[in-house]
Amino acid sequence: MKTRRLDNYGKINRDKILSFRWDKKNYKGFEGDTLASALLANNIGIVGRSFKYHRPRGIFSSGVEESGALVTIGSKDRRDPNVRATTQELYNGLEASGQNAFPNVNFDLAGINNYLGRFFAAGFYYKTFMGIPPFEWGRGTAIWMFFEKFIRKAAGMGSASELPDPDSYEHAHDFCDLIVVGSGPAGVAAAIEAAEKKLDVILVEQDSLVGGDQLAENNFDNSQIKNQLENLGIKIMTRTTAFGLYDNCVVGLLERVTDHISAPNVNIPRQRFWTIRAKHIIVGAGAIERHIAFNNNDIPGVMTVNASKHYLNRYGVLTGKRIAIATNNDSVYETAQQLSEAGANVTVLDSRTNFEIETNKCFEIRKGYVPYNINGSKKIHSLDVSKSENMNKSETINCDQVLLSGGWSPAVHLLSHRGVRPKWDYSNACFLPSDSKENITMVGSSRGLWNKNDCIASGIAGTTDALNRLGISKTNYFFPKPGGWKNPIQPLYEVKYKKSRSKSFVDYQHDVTTDDVRLAHREGFISVEHLKRYTTLGMANDQGKMGNIIGLSLMAELLKKEIPEVGTTVFRPPYTSVSIGALSGRNVGKHFRPLRVTPMHQWNIDNGAKMIEVGLYQRPWYYPKENETLSDSYIREASTVRKTVGICDITSLGKIAIQGPDSTEFLNRIYSNGFSKLQVGKARYGIMLRDDGIVMDDGTSWRLAENEYFMTTSTGEAAKVMSWLEELLQTRWTDLNVNVTSVSEQWAGVSVAGPKSREVLNNCVDDSLVITNNNLPFMGVTSTFLKGNIPCRIARISFSGELAFEVYVKSDFANTMMDLLWENAKKYDGCLYGLEALGALRVEKGHVTAAELDGRVTIDDAGLSKMASTKKSYIGSAMRKRGVLKNNDREILVGFFPTNLKETFNAGTIVCEKNNIKGQGIGRITSVTYSPELGHWIGLGFVKGGLDKWKDTNLVGADPVRNKQMNLKVVSPHMIDPKGERMYA
Amino acid sequence: MIRINCPYCGERDHSEFSYGGDATINYPSLDASEKEWTEAIFFRKNIKGFQFETWHHSNGCRMWLVVERSTVTHEIKSVKPCHPNLQKVVENNK
Repeated sequence: MKTRRLDNYGKINRDKILSFRWDKKNYKGFEGDTLASALLANNIGIVGRSFKYHRPRGIFSSGVEESGALVTIGSKDRRDPNVRATTQELYNGLEASGQNAFPNVNFDLAGINNYLGRFFAAGFYYKTFMGIPPFEWGRGTAIWMFFEKFIRKAAGMGSASELPDPDSYEHAHDFCDLIVVGSGPAGVAAAIEAAEKKLDVILVEQDSLVGGDQLAENNFDNSQIKNQLENLGIKIMTRTTAFGLYDNCVVGLLERVTDHISAPNVNIPRQRFWTIRAKHIIVGAGAIERHIAFNNNDIPGVMTVNASKHYLNRYGVLTGKRIAIATNNDSVYETAQQLSEAGANVTVLDSRTNFEIETNKCFEIRKGYVPYNINGSKKIHSLDVSKSENMNKSETINCDQVLLSGGWSPAVHLLSHRGVRPKWDYSNACFLPSDSKENITMVGSSRGLWNKNDCIASGIAGTTDALNRLGISKTNYFFPKPGGWKNPIQPLYEVKYKKSRSKSFVDYQHDVTTDDVRLAHREGFISVEHLKRYTTLGMANDQGKMGNIIGLSLMAELLKKEIPEVGTTVFRPPYTSVSIGALSGRNVGKHFRPLRVTPMHQWNIDNGAKMIEVGLYQRPWYYPKENETLSDSYIREASTVRKTVGICDITSLGKIAIQGPDSTEFLNRIYSNGFSKLQVGKARYGIMLRDDGIVMDDGTSWRLAENEYFMTTSTGEAAKVMSWLEELLQTRWTDLNVNVTSVSEQWAGVSVAGPKSREVLNNCVDDSLVITNNNLPFMGVTSTFLKGNIPCRIARISFSGELAFEVYVKSDFANTMMDLLWENAKKYDGCLYGLEALGALRVEKGHVTAAELDGRVTIDDAGLSKMASTKKSYIGSAMRKRGVLKNNDREILVGFFPTNLKETFNAGTIVCEKNNIKGQGIGRITSVTYSPELGHWIGLGFVKGGLDKWKDTNLVGADPVRNKQMNLKVVSPHMIDPKGERMYA
Repeated sequence: MIRINCPYCGERDHSEFSYGGDATINYPSLDASEKEWTEAIFFRKNIKGFQFETWHHSNGCRMWLVVERSTVTHEIKSVKPCHPNLQKVVENNK
């Protein structure tokens, strides 16, 4: 093949020369080139190697259907594999290389695979899974285990960068009345008609230029169209692909903002992921030309006819010197004429015998001829052709290029995303879109219209359809009939030539041959969906845009059925690939998910806190002194709380204000324990069940006034509890007069815990009388003031088992409160303590948290049966008595000690009987800590039958993940101060 | 993407809402039997076509809504507040 640039052709900007690198060599192109056109202009024919057989691959097309010219663009952290050279715009300094080849695409060692083809036929993967017959067929996979790493290494095309992506991406949103996909004659006509009827219109074009297939016309100038669209106020989005249609007329777009710029502004995102909410969608996505399957139809130099027209008229590149065109339809003759006018020697082989066509007679037309074999390997030497009715009479045509047109397939993909199946049209040998019940209208060649005037008429009709459906007008309209060629197409998908063993390709990129389709049929994979998976037909980057119909026709022939009876696979989004970066947008790194901090977050850090994530919250984990490790630190903190006093930020707890005359009744219904007799000025610990009787959450509710409560929930369940309360009030108990408000952000909370906590608080409150044991007994609540006139709420609640207070102030006073408390706590050798010490203290006391209340545990399992009222009904009260939840066999909360007190264990350990260490055992350990008070490791967890059953038995803790095993004994979960004397002090 | 026309906030993406469940369930009283509760919370119809379902405008006005949606096409025929008093407010404001 000899490809070259012509002086008088093309719409490239010859004043602007761009240099680029291909496979480590420097080349030049012009502004307006794609990488493919620039490579062709430099007479580069081989641009890659095929997936399995490593056969040389050239450029097959000029658009998104490309399945040969897939290249790697860029290097290091900007290395993008599998980019279509046909859609990649050239820019100065562009670096590209061929893929799937070593050492390079011209000489590839793995080309040996071409001769081992019989081992790589369809399904070879799956057969390898099955083992080698007869030795291990169907039972072993040893052979697969052995070959897997080689196969995995060989599979795939280019490789992506493994470095962090340096580019930024954006999510954007827009609304419009009408979105038009495609700026060909039909799309433009639709957009103009709609804008003139005062609709708000967005026009989307995947190309860099507006015009669609007209860009391949020799005298086409799009500037007038562009001006007209702009003057009408139409939003034109070029370099933007509508990759998917979704419910309610939502369209997903990918805008490639800087992929065509050599040194983009770093403040601009590389790509934008658009979500467009439209009222109506018009799709004028065009049609895609098909190739024809015959022997060696993949040799570099094979191209679709329309692609060569694009290269000639848009890029000024003549793709061959002696060109053979094989066709079965009228669409090629204009191109043949233009190619011959441009200086090529053209022969058209038309499979049809009876037809009339007007040409300038400067090229040869051979009626009734078909191609059956290409001679050559890295380039085309000649083409073997034959009379279609008599394959024994053949001759050879000298040529350096073979252009193919096996008909056109309307791009029905987007409509297919909405579940609308296309219907086969016999007279045009293609699938046509069916009508959609949703507000989607197909126009132009994507509804099978082959001439420009019909396309324009369909665009206007499409907009009328939109106006009618939107209720704006009631106008009659009609769409032109599909077709538009003078002579009918003669279906031609494959030319068979029996004597040869050469390969005849259906899907170029994945090396699916006609023999693979036949093999799939022989082995029983006859449904199109099975055919696709077994052969990988249509699973490559092009997603079957070129080869699918050929594969279907072969299967139809084998099954002795018609194509529509065989069916078609469903096209799913995306139409062309969408980068992961665009999908994630700005939700990367620190912005991966929202970050919640408490109002004293900075105060905690300033005072030495190491932070830990709890859900979205950052909470103090531990406050190390000098060289303390995590365990040094939390053990010191927990001991200090037991000895003197500690201060802990508990702001992340959910907080809900419950107000209204029926508040008491409401709480009495949602908590398992009674709330009807809770006095004003008292708080109560409560457990909420779900409808099905399982524990949902626990927390406290404080009665601040007759009709006002302050509820706290666990950190993790706060949002769920809030939604649940709203659901109950708005859907089930609509007669209750209660209002719930989330006040989690409004209040900052700390726990002041330890025997010296009252003394610390005495120095901090305005009036120390309010917190005496008489005035504020255990579970008492008061609203008072901290020094400096700071209003606060104090409740005597203990999670640690010590004398303790929870103090809440308005979030704005958080830092003042912390300064005040900490200043006074220091006087008693107190400490700040974090989540790790909090955990140690509560495990010692046997208090449950999310680790225990995991959505499978009942109130009885958690050892809290006393919390289940027998005097009233509440949510879950009927269902918690289900037989299955009352089984003797249920796992009950217990404490664990290691038998040898010097040993440790981990959460997640499986508890087993001594002589039966297997499976799920008889229980599990959920929380583990070192107990400073007891001086050894302790755990909380569950065991079948509970303490009573196992208290004198030696059990085994199996921790296969960490390869550990230890002896355990079961103890009461209340491992310290079981009577709670300290709390009541 | 489903778009839900919240009576208070206007038409919004479904990502602002959380799905609840069957809106036609009559939950038994709290002192009802285990059998009645089992029937209400475990046995649900799998409707093909329009069904009434609850949605919570959790990232909006926090209203619980009854949405009449087709499980086949996602077409939404009606949206109204769950709470009868809020329904009346919406009706009066029309």
